[in-house]
Order: sequence, then C-alpha cells, then structure tokens
Amino acid sequence: MALLEVENLRTYFYTRGGVVRAVDNVSFMLEPGETMGIVGESGSGKSVTCYSLLGLIPRPPGKIVSGSALFGGVDLLSCPKEQLRRIQGKRISMIFQDPMTSLNPYMRVSDQLVEPLLVHDKMSRSQALTKAITSLEEVGIQDAANRINLYPHQFSGGMRQRVMIAMALISRPEILVADEPTTALDVTVQAQILELIRQRQKDLGTAVIFITHDLGVVASFCNRVNVMYAGRIVESAPTDEIFARPMHPYNASLQQSIPALHKKGQALFTIPGLPPDLTIEFRGCPFASRCAHVGEICKEQDPALKQIVPGHGTSCIRFQRGEIADVRIKNFVSAV
Amino acid sequence: MATATASIEPAPIRADELVQGTSLWKDAWFRLKKNHVALFGLYTFCTIALLCVVVPFFTGYTYEQTEISLKASAPMEPIFLRSEARKVGEPKKSFIALSNLEDEFLEKPQSDRKAIVAKIASGEVYQEGRDTYQRSNQRHVFGTDPLGRDLLTRVLVGGRISLAVGFAATLVSVCIGVLWGATAGFAGGKVDTVMMRFADILYALPFTVIVILLMVMFGRNFILLFVAIGAVEWLNMARIVRGQIISLKNQEFIEAAISLGLPSHRILFRHLIPNVIGSIIIYATLTVPNVMLLEAVLSFLGLGVQPPLSSWGVLIDEGSRTMETSIWLLVCPAIFFSLTLFSLNFLGDGLRDALDPKSSKD
Repeated sequence: MALLEVENLRTYFYTRGGVVRAVDNVSFMLEPGETMGIVGESGSGKSVTCYSLLGLIPRPPGKIVSGSALFGGVDLLSCPKEQLRRIQGKRISMIFQDPMTSLNPYMRVSDQLVEPLLVHDKMSRSQALTKAITSLEEVGIQDAANRINLYPHQFSGGMRQRVMIAMALISRPEILVADEPTTALDVTVQAQILELIRQRQKDLGTAVIFITHDLGVVASFCNRVNVMYAGRIVESAPTDEIFARPMHPYNASLQQSIPALHKKGQALFTIPGLPPDLTIEFRGCPFASRCAHVGEICKEQDPALKQIVPGHGTSCIRFQRGEIADVRIKNFVSAV
Repeated sequence: MATATASIEPAPIRADELVQGTSLWKDAWFRLKKNHVALFGLYTFCTIALLCVVVPFFTGYTYEQTEISLKASAPMEPIFLRSEARKVGEPKKSFIALSNLEDEFLEKPQSDRKAIVAKIASGEVYQEGRDTYQRSNQRHVFGTDPLGRDLLTRVLVGGRISLAVGFAATLVSVCIGVLWGATAGFAGGKVDTVMMRFADILYALPFTVIVILLMVMFGRNFILLFVAIGAVEWLNMARIVRGQIISLKNQEFIEAAISLGLPSHRILFRHLIPNVIGSIIIYATLTVPNVMLLEAVLSFLGLGVQPPLSSWGVLIDEGSRTMETSIWLLVCPAIFFSLTLFSLNFLGDGLRDALDPKSSKD
C-alpha cells in the first residue's frame, strides 16, 4: 500500500490578476522509504504541490479546489486543522530552500530543535535536549553539545541546513519533504547535504519527496521522478527511464538543455518561448506552443497522464497515439 | 553516526571560541555601550529616578508643608525667623525671605526700612515691638512656591508621580497593544479587520472624553489615571505590532514552525512576539514621555493629580502663571522634565540601533 496517495490535486490562487491555476490535477503515489523527485522550472507548481499537502498555502488567496491526499487513512487536504497539526512535524516534515531564513534568528538552536519533541512527544526539556544533541551529531555537527546553545547567525549556511535536517528528522517522520534544499548552497556543500539526506534516509527509512530543478541532482538521488510543467505532471517514470527513454517532449528538451552535453563552441540548446500564463484558461497541451512535435490534436484535446509501460507515464497525446516514437529534437542531437 | 558523517564535515571551526551563543540582550548591551549619547541618556535617567526616590526623605521638608510668609522665595535666598512673643505659651514663629523682609516695616520711612533690613541681613538680632527678627539657617535650594512649600521636595515628589504614571501607563499600553496587535496580525482575515476597526473607533473618540467618562464612572483615583492613559496609548502600539507581525508571518521560519506542527499560540508567543520585541521596547521608551505629557494635560484640566500632590506637569503649569515674578518656579521642574524626556528619547534611539540584529556586531 502506498504511503501517500495524492489524487487530482488542484490548488488555485485567486489573485487580483485572475485565477492562477498553480497546481492543476496532480496525482502521484509515494511508497514507504522511496525517494521521489519532482522536477520542473520555476512556477511549475512543484513547491505549491507540497505546500498544499502540509497546509502551508496561505488562504486566501490560495485555495485547494479539489483532490485528496491520503496518508495512513487521513485525507491531509480535508482533515481538521488540529489533526493535520499532529501529523506535521511528527509524521511528515519539511526542509526549506533557504537555510538562512528558515531558522528563527531570535531563538537559540537548542530551543528550536526541541520544539517538535516538546509539542508532539510531550518530552521533558532535559530529555528533549539530550535527543536534540544526538540528532545534531547525527547530521555531522561536531561539538554539538556546545554548539546547540548558539544562535542561527553563528552557523554557516551549510550548517544551518544541517540543523534544519536535524529538526525535520528529530521525531522520525515517515515522509520528508525537501523543497530545493540545496539551491541556496554552494556546490561542495550541496554534495554534502545531499549525501547527508541520503544517509539519514537510509538510517530512518524515511520516504523523501525531493523538489528540485536540477536534473543532475535528480539523476543521482531519486528512485522515481515526476516532471511538472504549468501545474501538471507531464511525465512520471523511474529515474533511469526518465533519462534513457523520455516520453514527453518537455522532459526531452529539458535534458537537452543541460550545458554539459554540448560540444565546445556550439550554441546551447534552449526551449523557445515562455511557459503559459496560468491565469488564462486554455485548451489542449500547455507545452504545445513551445513543442517541436506539436500537431493539430495538441491544441484541441486536453492531455492526461497515461502509462505507456508499467511505471512510466506521459501526458503527451501524440506519443500516446503512437504518432511520434522519439520525443527528442532530432536536428539538435549533436553531442550525445 | 557521528563518525560516519565526519568525512563530509567541513573544516572544523575552533569551537572553543563560540561555546556560548551571545544572546540578543548581551549583543544589544554591547552595542549600546558604544553609543555615548544613549549611554548619557540612560545614566541621566537613572540619576533623576534615583533622586526622585531618595532625596525627598532628606530635604527636611514635606511636599505639602506650607509657610505663607515665605511666599515664592528665590533659590538659596536667605531666610529669616520672626518670633512673635505671646502672653501665654511659646512665641509664634514664622519664616520670611530676604525679599519680603522690607514689607514687614511698611509703616517706617523708606530709608529706615533699608537700614533695618541691612542690619538683620548682616546677622544682628532686631527687636520691633513684640517681634524679634533674626537670621535662620534654613535654606530652600530651589526656593519656594507661592504657598511657601519647598520646591525641591515638590519637584522630586512630583517626579515620582510623573515617572510612575509614565511607566505604569506605558506598561498597561504595551500589554494591551502587543496582545491586541499580535493577535490581529497573526489571525488575519476577518478577525484582523474587526479588531483593527475597533481600534480605529477608539482612535476617533476624543481622548479627554474617554478619560472623563472613566473618572466619572470609577471616581477620581490615582491608579485609574494609569489605566485611562494606558487604555488610550495602546492603539499606536497595537498598530505597530500588527504591522510587524504581518510582515513576519510570511517569513520562512514561521512557515517552518507551522510545518513542524507547532500550535498557534506557541508560534505567536515563542516565535513572533520575540521577533518584534525590539520595536516594542523602542516604541515603549518613546511612549513614556508621551504619557508624561498627557498626564500633565490631564492635571491641567483638573482630572489628574490633585493638590497638594503634584507632578511635573502640574508644577510647570503653576510655574508658568508666575513666570514674570518668579521664573524658578517654571525653570526648576521644566529642567527635570525636559532632561527626563531628552534622556528617554536618546535612550530609545540608542536602543533602536542596538536591538537591530542587522546592524554590525563588532
């Protein structure tokens, strides 16, 4: 049985400029202990998807229009606030993008680390403090017993992200949502943090939802990947498949845009055009206007995610109908 | 576990030099110490407060003890004792200031008067009918008011009242304002609208009307003065705190706190309010002088402190009425009042710089 089952999630923002369909009909499943990546460019709805699950959508203007997210028999989207609160931080927790701003600058690290334990596990302060020190050691902070009394500004960015990880994992959650946890860090620290998350995941058996726009990170880190575009999942497959046999033109173009795959001196590949304005309701595939394989049907029929082979689904209509076999852009395949 | 991840630990920082985290307060005090103007404000204020509390016990006068014959004597003016012998009992004693001594001998020609006064002033004992005049050792450092009360004692006792009103009313306003503003800002939406419109309505009501109503309802009471002023001053505090909370609650660390499943009251009291405490303190130090001025206004209207008790506001008001003849009655309380206001403002300014976590911490 799946640990988390999200179905038909729609999160809209009712802004002055119109209704932004930030997440539009997203469904996915998360198995215990697995790492699922959600990839997509900025504004594709990756973060909003996860914020919706954790009740972090500011309401108003945000609203979860439809959908369900079953977690251990509880629908996270419709359950009472109090019930959700008891799941947050205890069974599902989250790491944020910017470790510089996600710790309270006025509170000692110790005070912040023990909070989930005091609230969820009703531990005594001294007990919680002992556990907090252990958890800091587990994320590789040396001299944790002394450093725990420092303030966040006395930690470096990488160390703060370690503290965030320790805090998120301190009550042994079943799901860890990592929202671009390495974006704000430099490359060497990125590798350390990824390694750390992987290590902790192995130790605790936590399932991880990993949000990122970095395909390289996805390749090395995730078991399964959902590619999001314009608020929808356009392709969903095991990581090897995503790279070896892309089934959606967007996914293929995304991979072709990785600079490392190009010859020196050659122009880099870019996807022409811009993502669609999500406030305007449109028919057909959201990627149609930028797609090299676009056909008449793409602008008329609304796409839906369909499994082509078990475990590998695409929302590309023409691929589903067998009209195109290879979604890569031929005349640009040069370096690989 | 620690050994397993040690390989990916960045070069160890010398832990011995950051064993203890410096708290907000330590940091702020460190920065405040470097700000000489603020420090001057702090010391001046503490000195004045200490004087007000301690010195009235040692002046030898009480704030209410009158001596009609000593009307409005100047600071440090020589004082003379007049003993009027009576048929029975002790002679009746009263004190006269040098400037009023001539008036005692109005029935004599002017030249004689001058001579007599000079004689007494030089220390001689002078007998005139049943009255004996002689120099006394009494001194009034700040002079006396038109009723012959010692001004120094009155200024310091008045200071006690002014400071007490200032601080107590500020405390009341801080408590109400912070709770109200933080709740409104954190709850947002309809709760926020209703709470802040209520504050707007209170804003629109004239302050004096509210105070008069309170006074009529509960009777004139010293404590009530604190409450009345505090009940009006909290509006600004509520607005400031609300604004700060609104800008803070969308910060990532609040989202992180929510994602950890912390209950709302914990987020409000442990995460949000400590983050605005700097603004609260700064605004509170600036509210104290404001409240002291309000108290002066109320006292002027006869709603505040009742005579013979006084406050700086009352004393300045009385002094301004006699400023042509006895300027010290205005100057002495005014110096104390303005020094206090200045030092509190300097201190508030310094605190604003010191409590800003973004300013340099060298």
